[in-house]
Amino acid sequence: MKRFLLLSILVLSVTGLFAQFDNSQINGSFQIDGQYYMVDDGIGITEEYMLEKGVPQFGINGFGKINYSLGNFSAGLRYEAYLPPMSGYDKRLEGCGIANYFASYDNGTIGITLGDIYDQFGNGFIFRTYEEWSLGFDNSLRGMRAIYRPAQGVTLKALYGKQRYYWAPYGSSETRGIVRGFDGEWDINQSFEAMNNSKFRAMLGGSFVSKYQDNSDTKYFLPKNVGAFAGRVNLGYGRFAFTTEYAYKINDPSAFNNYIYKEGQALLSSLSYSQKGFGVILQVKRVDNMSFKSDYTKGENDLDINFIPPINYTHTHSLPAIYSYATQPLGEMAAQLQVNYTIPKNTIIGGKYGTKITLDFSQVNDIQRDYIYNDVDGGINGTKGYTSNFFAVGDDIFYRDFNIEVERRLNKKWKVIAQYINLLYDMEAIEDHADAPEVNANIAFVDVSYRITNKQSIRLELQHLWDDINANTANMEEVNAHPDNFKKRGNWAAALIEYSIGSKWFVSVGDKYNYSNPLPENRDHYYSATVGFIKESTRITLTGGRQSEGMVCVGGVCRVVPASSGFSLSITTSF
Amino acid sequence: MKKTLVLLFLSVLFLGAKAQSDLPNVTLKNLDGETVNITELNNDGKPFVMTFWATWCAPCIKEHNALSEIYQDWQDETGVKIFAVTIDDSRSTPRIRPFVEGKGWEFDVLLDVNKDLARAMNVSNPPHTFLFDGNGKMVYQHTGYFEGAEEELYQEILNISK
Repeated sequence: MKRFLLLSILVLSVTGLFAQFDNSQINGSFQIDGQYYMVDDGIGITEEYMLEKGVPQFGINGFGKINYSLGNFSAGLRYEAYLPPMSGYDKRLEGCGIANYFASYDNGTIGITLGDIYDQFGNGFIFRTYEEWSLGFDNSLRGMRAIYRPAQGVTLKALYGKQRYYWAPYGSSETRGIVRGFDGEWDINQSFEAMNNSKFRAMLGGSFVSKYQDNSDTKYFLPKNVGAFAGRVNLGYGRFAFTTEYAYKINDPSAFNNYIYKEGQALLSSLSYSQKGFGVILQVKRVDNMSFKSDYTKGENDLDINFIPPINYTHTHSLPAIYSYATQPLGEMAAQLQVNYTIPKNTIIGGKYGTKITLDFSQVNDIQRDYIYNDVDGGINGTKGYTSNFFAVGDDIFYRDFNIEVERRLNKKWKVIAQYINLLYDMEAIEDHADAPEVNANIAFVDVSYRITNKQSIRLELQHLWDDINANTANMEEVNAHPDNFKKRGNWAAALIEYSIGSKWFVSVGDKYNYSNPLPENRDHYYSATVGFIKESTRITLTGGRQSEGMVCVGGVCRVVPASSGFSLSITTSF
Repeated sequence: MKKTLVLLFLSVLFLGAKAQSDLPNVTLKNLDGETVNITELNNDGKPFVMTFWATWCAPCIKEHNALSEIYQDWQDETGVKIFAVTIDDSRSTPRIRPFVEGKGWEFDVLLDVNKDLARAMNVSNPPHTFLFDGNGKMVYQHTGYFEGAEEELYQEILNISK
């Protein structure tokens, strides 16, 4: 692989030397996040806590990357350093070096990429490699990809390689598997001139992915090759759109699914209608045993080949984010309905600037299962696991969210956003806390912005979360038996004020207060202050204060962040 | 050794190259599913804005709502065009159109589902806004959004529209 890369870079440099340099471009970016952690008895951060959670004194995550391009060629590399990783990031990230590199040629008909590949087929049900800095997640595929576009509207892709696993070498001695994939997509409207401006739109796609892992498991006979297929159709007529994708994976026993020999299936369908000022979409999803990893022994989010798209609302405000949903790849039945509506401007209800309303409902249930137990130890391992009716919805609700948001500019100076959220959260299933009672919460959020002058503005954010289990309602016997399950329960109040000057400087001060936690020692303030400077693509922020224990989630993939106290500095720039 | 060699080649390569702000060779889709090559983006010789946003990014939504309120005025005065590039992943792709239309946004929306364009343009955190002149040269960029920031962007647009 390396020889290939060297060769291609050599070709590139020679081409570069003899070609006109005026056409070549270089750009890059750089980010460093550092945090200094302190003992803070007030929120239970003792030296023992830091030792137990592995919180370092200093944590630094940084990357720098450079891209080069010349006409149809491009190449780039990315250096990463975690010395040591910040608290809440996987310890296996510790180290530094060139994490990623690639060289690529694409002339519009044929494209070849060597090195680390980020790509996805359809929704990602059977293949998606991506990098998410805020999660410390990177499952890029080191290998080769070829793209061929034989005719207008037709794209064929083939790729193979080995996935990144923190800093593990890619050599043949490494036991993780090889991933190979094909994908084809046909956009009928682009293929036929007569269809170019048609009201009817259609796109068809299909993909196949296989992983090969040589294994010598002592207990189970495992398939060395695991294949997965997916097909997708997007149809549109005027303002209506319908998209659907179905995926099937052959039996793939793994530590993650308790070594069951069951096939995996996934389905996602969406139907939408849009016109100016009004849009509505309904989505439904079923996922059954769809964890797909290039190493059958791995857990959590390690070496995921695929991605199960979550179809619930992504909350970004700090209180609803306490209960962020994490995708359950072993089984989910979900539905979401979202309506976006703008009450037109210059109407009595809409006001001078119009009013924007978003309504969202989503629910995720477990799938229904009839378990099959084996004769030896009574577990489901080694059997087909269970049978499940494709259309049956399981009784257990993992997550439910109803929310309505209204945004309105009152005049040139004032703007208000208000949101009400009702959510149900199955802590036992999502956070793996045995016997944790589910959360039923109501949340109110208000965001008011005021333009002091053209250069200065001030923003106030107020939030409150009402929890059905709080200081007055909790069963203290249960709380004392499992105090960990109640750490963040109870009502919360939060406020934040932010002042900005000319979009270059900003200062914010905020506090989050778990004032009615069932246990008095958890009724803590999490205050913090931030100063930031932004100029063009450079952003520098310095934050001091407390951070509560919680989950950071992006796209349903989450990491757990322990509570911390201290200072953090973040610098981002690009050139 | 191999790494040194790679670095050596790269530095040879970079010696002759000069940092330039052009549009990268990346192909994205628009809301109608049509492919758009970014190198071909233009606004008939007039300036254009490229914004990076996501449905889960609250400041991005604020920025685009604010831009949407004044877009018509800006277009009348300078002919500027806004390309709004969403970096939402695949789960949101079918959701983008009803979202954008429901908000009443009239920007040209592009879907960067695989973050190819974001990577090529070094976008780490949305919102990230770029301004290009009529020849496709990048002349201004800014990250983050605060109430009123669009006025500064407009000043920059006016500066190159003369």
